[in-house]
Amino acid sequence: MTIQFNNETFRDDYSFHNSDWAIKRFPFPFHEDSYMYSVNMEQHRGGPEGSVYEKRFDVDEHYVSEMRDRAMVLADDPLRCQSLPHMTLAGWDLLELIMVSKSEDYPDLFELHRDGNTWRWINKPLGIDDTFTFLDETTLPYGPMEYITRQAQGDFCVLDQRDEMLWMDAGMVTTQADWSLDFDIGMNFFEWHAPVPLAHEMGIFKRALKFLLNIQQGAPARRLNWTMTVNPLLDTSPENYHKWGIQKTTLTPENIGSKQHLRVELQTFFRLPRSNALVFPIRCYLISFQDLVTMPKWGRRLHRVVRDLPDELATYKGFIDNRPMMLDYLSQFDDGLPTSPGVFPDQDTEPALQK
Amino acid sequence: MSKFQFPESIKSRPVYGTLEPRPGKSHLMIADAEGAEALLDLAAQDADLMAKAHIIFIPKGTAYSDKLQALNPAQYYEGPSYEASVQRLRHVLANAHQGTQVYLAGTEGLMGQAQNEAMQAGIPHTAIQTEHRGSVARRMQCVHCKGITEDVMHDPFQCAHCGLHLFVRDHYSRRLAAYQGVRVDAEDHGNIPEPVELYK
Repeated sequence: MTIQFNNETFRDDYSFHNSDWAIKRFPFPFHEDSYMYSVNMEQHRGGPEGSVYEKRFDVDEHYVSEMRDRAMVLADDPLRCQSLPHMTLAGWDLLELIMVSKSEDYPDLFELHRDGNTWRWINKPLGIDDTFTFLDETTLPYGPMEYITRQAQGDFCVLDQRDEMLWMDAGMVTTQADWSLDFDIGMNFFEWHAPVPLAHEMGIFKRALKFLLNIQQGAPARRLNWTMTVNPLLDTSPENYHKWGIQKTTLTPENIGSKQHLRVELQTFFRLPRSNALVFPIRCYLISFQDLVTMPKWGRRLHRVVRDLPDELATYKGFIDNRPMMLDYLSQFDDGLPTSPGVFPDQDTEPALQK
Repeated sequence: MSKFQFPESIKSRPVYGTLEPRPGKSHLMIADAEGAEALLDLAAQDADLMAKAHIIFIPKGTAYSDKLQALNPAQYYEGPSYEASVQRLRHVLANAHQGTQVYLAGTEGLMGQAQNEAMQAGIPHTAIQTEHRGSVARRMQCVHCKGITEDVMHDPFQCAHCGLHLFVRDHYSRRLAAYQGVRVDAEDHGNIPEPVELYK
């Protein structure tokens, strides 16, 4: 299908919106009526047709507007994109991976023509047609990682692997759930996850690291993570928290359906061929509560998950104060009926709301 | 006694040890204030160390100078501040030979910054020892304006640069040699809790 790109904003007037298509394919993260941390990894080798899991790097109706928002964030704060000196080769690896994947998966939108090291890259949605020399930084307007991640939705962490450990040594991070690349760059896997409650004690990070260290070329993996965001704000960075934090207090019973968003990260993991680095794209999807509850199964389930979530997690995810209001709203969409297993909305088989 | 046992914390928070004499061609010792006591203890364990030692000391108003000089280190320098000493430190590190041992003692801010310099100069982390002594004050980075506030003793504190009131996190960046400070009243402007002294 040809994607109709939205013209929308993720700041100020927040004109971001999801079409019916985007709602139906939203990566709802709860496969059952409760949530606790888990490593929850699976292979990233496609998924149901039209779903966000189908392509290696999903492109959707928000693409053009998200890239415009990223450019604005970078203009304000260039430190959101950094690469330690030894990570340049990994940047080229990433550029190749994204260009090859997108041109193969979306031939109507992206073209890559390679003649030896002379590459021509055409990005039709963004109006880019560049010819450059692969592995020659002087032939691109930015470093290779920055160049390609200005054209790819989601944040990108490029992790060096040495001493049986992963190191956050490069990244493009403008749509993050409240962590700072500038602060965390150079940290190891346990250090940059240090502020996460409970999961260390549960052994989650030890198991996850073991899994990630062993990811092989051509065998990417994926998992989902989630949090809550008031207003469809992509840039929920700590750098700007002094500006956006107050927005959490603007929720009212009248506006919560349109203002409160479930924020889901589709995290994928690819081994890079030349550098042996691991790239960790973190793709952010937003959906308003009022759009989400149009899927009866999701409305029922989200109410139960939010209601039963341990306080530590609701605090860490930053919505403990708003939880009562969220539950008042969501309970209207929970009639107590059972839900089908799995994350998909199952529109054809799940009963309509019985109240 | 200048030793303080930090409570257990998150994984990015540094953990400090106790300096011990190690064999090496040369010994670079950097300390501030009560950190001098750790160097005195070190010398008491192995007096021979000092013949190959270069001490960089920032007294910060303490009176350890005479005692340190009495150890007869091969080289001794006293700096009015860390910033004033850092050019000398870089020079020494740039000219350091393989087998140099680095000993850091004193406040977290001093050790963190000096460790950063040593790592950047290519000193392996296995050749760097640390021992905390004296003040538990922290070197804080404001995550909003990126400004560094030295010697923070209270939580929350006011950023010396942008003036926001920040709470003191345990999340620590080795690269910045600083803990992270985040606006404490971001979700309720003006509601700033009474500052409490760290570890009180």
